[in-house]
Amino acid sequence: METSLLLIQLINGLQLGVLLFLLSAGLTLTFGIMDFVNLAHGSLYMLGAFICASLTQLTGSFALATILALPLTALCGVIIELVVVRQLYSRNHLDHVLATFGLILCLDTLAELIWGPAGIAVLLPGILNGGVEILPGVVVPAFRLLIIAVGLMAAAGLYIVVNHTKLGMLIRAGASNRTMVGALGVDIKTLFTGVFAMGAALAGLAGLLVAPIAEASIGMGNEIIITTFVVIIIGGIGSMKGAFIAALLIGLIDTLGRSYLDDFFNLFMSHEAAETAAPAVSAMLIYLMMAVILAIRPQGLFPAASR
Amino acid sequence: MSDHTPATRSPAFWINAALLALLALVPPILFITGQPFWLDVFTRLVILAIAATALNLILGFGGLVSFGHAAYLGLGAYAVGIPTYHALYGGMDAIASFNGFLHLGLAIAISALFALLTGAISLRTRGVNFIMITMAFGQMVFYAIVALENYGGDDGLTIDVRSEFPLISLDNPLTLYAVGYLSLLLVLFIVYKITRSRFGLTLQGARSNEERMRSLGVDCYRYQLVAFVISGALCGYAGFLLGNFTTFISPEMMDWTRSGELMFMVILGGAAFLLGPVIGAAAFILLEQLLREVTIHWHLPFGILLILSVLFFKGGLAGIVDRQRLKGNRQ
Amino acid sequence: MNTASQQPILKTTDLCKRFGGVFATDNVNLDVLDGEVHALIGPNGAGKTTLISQLSGLLKPDSGRIEFKTRNMTGKPAHKFARAGLARSFQITSLFADMTLLQNVALAVQAHAGHSFNFWRNATLDKKLLDPALSYLETTGLANSAGKQVSEVSHGERRQLEVAMALATEPSLLLLDEPMAGMGSEESNLMINILQKLSGSKTILLIEHDMDAVFTLADRISVLVYGRIIATGKGDEIKANPDVRAAYLGEEANA
Repeated sequence: METSLLLIQLINGLQLGVLLFLLSAGLTLTFGIMDFVNLAHGSLYMLGAFICASLTQLTGSFALATILALPLTALCGVIIELVVVRQLYSRNHLDHVLATFGLILCLDTLAELIWGPAGIAVLLPGILNGGVEILPGVVVPAFRLLIIAVGLMAAAGLYIVVNHTKLGMLIRAGASNRTMVGALGVDIKTLFTGVFAMGAALAGLAGLLVAPIAEASIGMGNEIIITTFVVIIIGGIGSMKGAFIAALLIGLIDTLGRSYLDDFFNLFMSHEAAETAAPAVSAMLIYLMMAVILAIRPQGLFPAASR
Repeated sequence: MSDHTPATRSPAFWINAALLALLALVPPILFITGQPFWLDVFTRLVILAIAATALNLILGFGGLVSFGHAAYLGLGAYAVGIPTYHALYGGMDAIASFNGFLHLGLAIAISALFALLTGAISLRTRGVNFIMITMAFGQMVFYAIVALENYGGDDGLTIDVRSEFPLISLDNPLTLYAVGYLSLLLVLFIVYKITRSRFGLTLQGARSNEERMRSLGVDCYRYQLVAFVISGALCGYAGFLLGNFTTFISPEMMDWTRSGELMFMVILGGAAFLLGPVIGAAAFILLEQLLREVTIHWHLPFGILLILSVLFFKGGLAGIVDRQRLKGNRQ
Repeated sequence: MNTASQQPILKTTDLCKRFGGVFATDNVNLDVLDGEVHALIGPNGAGKTTLISQLSGLLKPDSGRIEFKTRNMTGKPAHKFARAGLARSFQITSLFADMTLLQNVALAVQAHAGHSFNFWRNATLDKKLLDPALSYLETTGLANSAGKQVSEVSHGERRQLEVAMALATEPSLLLLDEPMAGMGSEESNLMINILQKLSGSKTILLIEHDMDAVFTLADRISVLVYGRIIATGKGDEIKANPDVRAAYLGEEANA
């Protein structure tokens, strides 16, 4: 096991973890405050990526595209909240799940109508395209480091919001307690729209960060949303701290599992068997981990205050 | 718990009977009159109706919102595909066979086992956690099959030879439809019997008021787990049929969005009504077919209709016929 | 105490439960004797609901011990308590809202009859379930409403149904959580009559606000204030107890 390779894989894992955190933070926010389950959260991630890709082509500047794409994705979130989501708060979780499932079909098809069925690649400016030598002989793509930095900054920002603002108080209270929200003198409708838009912006941020690595494509959100759910389940639903720790954990385990599991299997089974088993097991690794954690702690690692 | 004694058959009974009679007659007539395409549509319809009916046992009668049931369809289908593959290309002698009974047995056994293992963990949680965990376990199977390059991985697997049974050949589309239709009747009958048995009443009691059931001395978990296993096994049976119908299977058929479609069939038709899922599957598949003919972007109007049905259509289609109160929520 | 032997059927020893540092149950030692009607009274917020949630297994105590029929039941889940013969009714009506009264009680009968792993026989027509269910509905004065949905009957009738369902599990101890809560005087009198009839044959732990009901029905009374039992005794002793008068009856001295 080469140290430099391990280091690169660690950074890749960290980068995935940070993206997962951005996504799960938004989901946890909407769930924690509105008690709303949003399957279409992944579609907002996709929208962020596509909007950024279009704007990069249009303006020729990735930086400018990024700055514009964030509020635009948040705006998409506001529209979705006003048109569909708002009608659903008083319904049960099953209705949330079904309606937002319909929403996914709509948003994916709309994206296909606007941007076409093929994905759009995003070109990075020169500075971000290069590598950074973090240790002698170990070169890491600069952009991946940037993703990690941005993600950690977002996490820090969320930490401040959660621990030092009125909004955070509501999140920590861990319930969609309308009387309490009312007692604080907050306009509930506006608060909910705002929180949904914030979740959308976080998902959009994850999407636009991933676009230069993996290109914007239809349905990209539907794959990652499940991994995001695994993060939330492991972290404890509604818990921001749990989401952060679980996201990094999942990012690292998934990445390292895919790189090293066959080596590990080679230690105690034939090369041929390891060749077949390793990809299948590494694909299931995070789910197996979820199963083990849930078997021990059904409410996840950091269950939010009683709900 | 709707009670229709023979003396007072409700309108719902006659509508249900008419629906089943239509399903028995129309597709073969369409086939004979030179519309084989529509027989295919209806074959898919009855198979998915079986899966939806299986899901309804826990979703409608148990109040357990399982979002991973497409996995059982996939497991059932691969229980046909993998033994057939090995029978043709060698390897894995223990299961390499075209024998339909082996395929069927494998489909049901593996589905039941998977339901037992994942249910044992999922059922310790409730509400949103349960939804997301069943979803994640379903997707785990998806990724596991994607990673199995031997069986085509992402590209899927062609079933070159259908399951072999004595006396009948599933290669004949009419026979296949008849098998699917009779299987649907069988599964409906099984679910009907279960929902009226002591077991079924316990399950419905737990849906209605779980804390009360516990105070009456009932350990709900055991009943819910058994229901989960039965539901998974029946869904695996549907998967066995689906594999024989499509003859091409891929991980895509167990993607979580497929699970969402199954759930929609149940809710659209009316959860906790015996024939709700059949009505839902019929509405879903016929609508899909009609919209497909209009536009390739049929997902857009379809999605809008789904949203509207949630917003304005509580209780599903069966709920309109049978004006009984429906409780889908287990809060 | 008419037929009571001196054997406690339910006994708690130093039972404690805290919520965020506040004692909701503070070293409670309570015993309910076989055959008696034992009332638990106390002002609002005294911790009555917390205490009986522990006595029925819905809440785990922090420390102390619960013995039921001399078996240690501390920390056991609710269904084990029920299986051991302790049935409870709920203060906030807890029924199967989408079923008829008969189906509600039949389900309780079924729950008591042992496991329900029968997948085939039609239980909705099973005489072994329906006959006893009907008799419990008669005992609680509901025979005429057997076919009605829970949503169709009055509040008082739902409270009676609570009692019928608790009875259907043939308990050795019936734990009734404010069976007269929210009732008018006519409904209360009906319930008192029903309970009086039961008191000859059942051991009952009654949590109740209605003092008329308590002094009419109870053989012994325990008074809970701020999570502590400050007195236990017969009705007259409790009425005369200065601590009780100060802490509790004082507010109703003129009543």
